[in-house]
Amino acid sequence: MLFSESFQMALTSLYANKMRSLLTMLGIIIGVGAVIALVSVGMGVRSNVTSSIASLGSNMLIVSPGSSNRGGVRGAAGSMQTLKYDDAKAIKDKIKNIDFVSPSVSSSYQIVYGNNNWKTSVQGVTPEFMSIRSLTIGYGSFVSTDDMNKRNRVAVIGTTVASNLFAKDNPVGKNIRINNQPYKVIGLLESKGQSSVGQDQDDVIYIPLTTAQERMLGITYVQSINVQVSSQEKMEQVQAEIENLLRSRHHIVAGKDDDFHVRNLTSLMETVNQSTSMLTLLLGAIAGISLIVGGIGIMNIMMVSVTERTREIGIRKALGATFMNIMTQFLIESMVIGIIGGIIGIVFGCAASKIIAQLGDFTTVITITPIIISFIFSVGIGLFFGIYPARKAAKLDPIEALRYE
Amino acid sequence: MTNKETRTATIQLKDIKKLYKIGGETVAALDGITTNIYQGEFAALMGPSGSGKSTLMNILGCLDRPTMGSYKLDGQEVAGLSDDKLAVTRNKKIGFVFQNFNLLSRISALENVALPLVYSGVGRKERLEKAMHFLEAVGLADRAGHQPNELSGGQRQRVAIARALVNDPHIIMADEPTGNLDTKSTKEIMEIFQKMHGMGRTIILVTHEPEIAACASRQLLVRDGKITRDEGKGVVMDVI
Repeated sequence: MLFSESFQMALTSLYANKMRSLLTMLGIIIGVGAVIALVSVGMGVRSNVTSSIASLGSNMLIVSPGSSNRGGVRGAAGSMQTLKYDDAKAIKDKIKNIDFVSPSVSSSYQIVYGNNNWKTSVQGVTPEFMSIRSLTIGYGSFVSTDDMNKRNRVAVIGTTVASNLFAKDNPVGKNIRINNQPYKVIGLLESKGQSSVGQDQDDVIYIPLTTAQERMLGITYVQSINVQVSSQEKMEQVQAEIENLLRSRHHIVAGKDDDFHVRNLTSLMETVNQSTSMLTLLLGAIAGISLIVGGIGIMNIMMVSVTERTREIGIRKALGATFMNIMTQFLIESMVIGIIGGIIGIVFGCAASKIIAQLGDFTTVITITPIIISFIFSVGIGLFFGIYPARKAAKLDPIEALRYE
Repeated sequence: MTNKETRTATIQLKDIKKLYKIGGETVAALDGITTNIYQGEFAALMGPSGSGKSTLMNILGCLDRPTMGSYKLDGQEVAGLSDDKLAVTRNKKIGFVFQNFNLLSRISALENVALPLVYSGVGRKERLEKAMHFLEAVGLADRAGHQPNELSGGQRQRVAIARALVNDPHIIMADEPTGNLDTKSTKEIMEIFQKMHGMGRTIILVTHEPEIAACASRQLLVRDGKITRDEGKGVVMDVI
């Protein structure tokens, strides 16, 4: 007997019991739909977190000085003064696959404008900093190379600082006092909002690095160097090259500890990916349970169907149907429930995912993997839970079956 | 009329016994049946209910196996065959006609007739052509697309007969084929059986009505699991 004929026969008999077939499929529809919708929610959470980490600066390496250790007393991390502006230049010039290098220093000061004052973090940066942190200027301009060379007293301020010092006035062109020295505001940043760790990214003032080092802090070292690598794959290689370069520049012989650290955001990204993957898996597994419950529904209905069609089975056997003929007929029937239920479930799941995104102001990401997996699963479940009823049908004694009323 | 010795026996039964265990006691539904049925015979199996005639019918129809004894169908031993082999034998060699028609209610008359061909692996197109041919033979070509519940009892039984014939079997087994029919339909059906007999088919008919049995060329009376009377043995129609 041809497979396509058995398939047609299954469709005919499912069609004959439309309501029952639909109710049986409902279990599978809900199961597949739930898997797809919930996994898309999980994937949405993942992409949200990932993009917020990426907004910190993607492919970023952060070079910071090590802690000092004088006579057994260890200083705070970054307390060494060995990292210089020239180190940053050397990294930019000698190492490939780097987009931007931005050394920086920072300190907290009370900022004064007219009657208002506000304490915030003042960071000395180079023009590259804007690209590395994906900053955008709302009004005016960012710190320029010219500002760097001339050690100009200019400042670019964040929106939180602007609203606290200037209320609704346009701050660009005004003079503010940092550490009792006058600085001219040349730019206002666009709001970046909270960072993923809850820090206000708009509560900050940027001034030229050289100005900060020489005019404000009176130091010659830098507190950190941000390096943006051109691609994710090159991260490890570039990190190793930076470590080698700085060791040789700082004359650190083999066996001695580094006087700096190179950190990356990849490990953070990995942790986040891992935990959101767990979340997605958990949601998928919960939904998967409903798929199995749907499978038990199939078995239940197939058992009823076998009992109800005992006479039909008897007739078919009397006319020459073998064990395999009957087995195939019922297996295909339960598999068809799985296939049709799976397809409807996919449509419902995708629709549900879109609706969740609309209603909850939430990102959902539909990927092909859960669709394929849950479809294969639903067909498999139809097959698996169909085996027992199909076997029961195929093993019926034709005489008993023909006598069945 | 031809002498039986010149013909081979289609069915050879030798000391067939069918035993059931009921509450620790063994009951013999068939208690040693030995007989031959020849190609072209029209045999009526008679007997009161509980006589064992249905059990004998089931064994003859390869739906059941005897507990003991030998059953040769076309010279081939079938008493010990597996379920699947019996199914194939039924499909190829035996056509069934039942008292309650046993048609599938959800498919058309034509598809019902074609059903045995599904299990002998005939392609759909050829299957429906053959089925149509046999529906024509029983005069129901115009009803091919109707479902069984749209047909009268007599029409249903004619569909069932067409189904029994479609795979060109050696033997037609009919179990009380007129039991559910009115007088007119009964007459029609019996005419069809006699026509089939006239064409040289072997027919085994189970009935408890003497008038129906009278249509057959041979009457076998079963009582308490034994054949107690056998009249007209070996009488077969000449193939015209």
